[in-house]
Amino acid sequence: MTASSPNPRLEWQKAFEESRLRDVPFQTMSGIPLEPVYGPDDGEFPGAYPYTRGPYASMYRSKLWTMRMFAGFGTAIDTNLRFKEIIRAGGDGLSTAFDMPTLLGLDSDDPMALGEVGRCGVAIDTLADMSDLFSGIDLGNITTSMTINSPAAVLLAMFVAQAESAGVPRAKLGGTLQNDILKEYQAQKEFVFPPRQSMRLVRDTVAFTAAEMPRWHSISISGYHIREAGSTAAEELAFTLGNGFAYVELARQAGLPVDAFAPRLSFFFNAHIDFFEEIAKYRAARRIWARWMKERYGATSERSMQLRFHTQTAGVSLTAQQPEVNLIRTAIEALAGVLGGTQSLHTNSMDEALALPTEKAARLALRTQQVIAYETNVAHVADPLGGSHFVEALTDEMEARAEEIFARIDEMGRGSMLEGCITGIEENWFQGRIADSAYELERAFNRGERIIVGVNRFLEGNEEDSLDILKITNEDEAKQRQRLGQVKRERNESAVLDALDRLAKDAVDPEVNLMPALIDASNVFATVGEMMTTMAGVFGRHVEVPTI
Amino acid sequence: MAAIRVLVAKVGLDGHDRGVKVVARLLRDAGLEVIYTGLFQTPETVAAAAVDEDVDVIGLSMLSGAHMTLAPLVVQAVRARNSDIPVVVGGIIPNQDVTELLEAGVAACLGPGAPAEEVVQTVITAARGEHRRQAV
Repeated sequence: MTASSPNPRLEWQKAFEESRLRDVPFQTMSGIPLEPVYGPDDGEFPGAYPYTRGPYASMYRSKLWTMRMFAGFGTAIDTNLRFKEIIRAGGDGLSTAFDMPTLLGLDSDDPMALGEVGRCGVAIDTLADMSDLFSGIDLGNITTSMTINSPAAVLLAMFVAQAESAGVPRAKLGGTLQNDILKEYQAQKEFVFPPRQSMRLVRDTVAFTAAEMPRWHSISISGYHIREAGSTAAEELAFTLGNGFAYVELARQAGLPVDAFAPRLSFFFNAHIDFFEEIAKYRAARRIWARWMKERYGATSERSMQLRFHTQTAGVSLTAQQPEVNLIRTAIEALAGVLGGTQSLHTNSMDEALALPTEKAARLALRTQQVIAYETNVAHVADPLGGSHFVEALTDEMEARAEEIFARIDEMGRGSMLEGCITGIEENWFQGRIADSAYELERAFNRGERIIVGVNRFLEGNEEDSLDILKITNEDEAKQRQRLGQVKRERNESAVLDALDRLAKDAVDPEVNLMPALIDASNVFATVGEMMTTMAGVFGRHVEVPTI
Repeated sequence: MAAIRVLVAKVGLDGHDRGVKVVARLLRDAGLEVIYTGLFQTPETVAAAAVDEDVDVIGLSMLSGAHMTLAPLVVQAVRARNSDIPVVVGGIIPNQDVTELLEAGVAACLGPGAPAEEVVQTVITAARGEHRRQAV
């Protein structure tokens, strides 16, 4: 593919020279100087449309990827300590994992929350927990990512309330809200409201952050969970970007010009174990997004066309057998993310097929990134595999397969990707395809065509079961319930009722943005569950038809 | 001989349904009759469905770490209905939790990476009541 500019190398050179560079020698270990990028003068360059080779001209020469380690367990106080440990160990972004009740908008004292409080992430019920979570951490100085979807608007409101009570204005807050509800119905399955009502909340958060939080990424459009649920790489690519197009259409319908919000969209992909396929997937993703944003949605700002993404290594690739081998899998996957040009990266810990990671396992996972970043020199050259006949062909193939899927979604939506995504969810089309692909992979494994070290080959050592794993006790659950009880006793009950009343009224009118009402309710210590229940009273609840 | 009937279930808030669907298809392809509850069930709804459907075995898929709380509650809810339908638990179940689950009345556990034959065989063995007889 030839780039559109008359002199691609000169254009790139100009942009590169304007970039600030890290102060390290860009050479091999033996002293051979390295160019920032390699390729023919009239070929594609990073930082230039269609961005196959990377969103920025200087890529990691200016800034390494953010080593963003996902953490959260037990109470907010426990997780706060882990956050501080991550910062001390050299992590430079926080990423919050919430527990299942919080992900589903339930309070810790809800009967359905039994056994799940603080188990898979941190339990957040009220502003008091949010304050504990970020106590002693300067939110104006570190970016914070929150993996939350159905109650994303509620947690964003609580985050804003917490930051402002700590003296940091919302405009200064940098970070990312996952807020990708479409993939919840397709893959992750932590849904609460029906799809269309959920999309109204997405619209509200996008409009609110576009207007008031210029440093905030409103949606992290996520393929990670789609892949973990069993899709192929091409399905991950296509479903994710398809969802991205749906959000673009949603915001445009709400009257936002595309260049007002698209620069704040970011992506989140899986890094699975098939090394080159993953790299091709990231390259294809950037190219497709740029072209669709420009040609179909009329974006003119470069930032609207530049796909930026976070990567997490594949949880499903980890094995409970010989768990130390997971360090090696994770290192290979992380390297694929880096060679694919990721903007941030989470590396899984070796014990995560068994439990949440111990502090030691989480530190080793971070060390894996640091070895790649500081010892291997792979970050010196942008898109180091670009130009490889193999990688270019695989990139084209991923793109072609994704385009076939977009055509199907567009057809389901009669010319609207937004309608296509919602229809596909309502008709179980996405869910069915993912389940089919997952089963096909399982059958290949059972036929012995797919080898997993320590699981169906090379079993010596499986009997050793020596890893210490993190134990979350029921004590945390009891502690969190007590904490919630205390907050409820101490808050001003009539202020809570007033705030929830207003939230219900605002929810009835689809033209009203719900963020102000949610922030007010957060400030008077309304719980996540109370706000979600209030909205469910207006929106209803989604029930998935069970299919095998 | 009539086909073995199995209820595969997701209990609690855990939305990870890849495993349960793969196992459901494996069991179906092995000739069992499979009923899937769908997500977000409680111990009570699972027990009621198992008794109503007159299944031979219940398969619980648990990946959120809540198995130590919820799996025993499912067993109790089944027994409270005067039923001895065995309960098999699969998913992210660390080895050190298995003994306690068996003591709580779970018939068998399947950990991460259990091969297809083991899954099918364990469910069939449980359905025939063989784990129970061994325990007695």
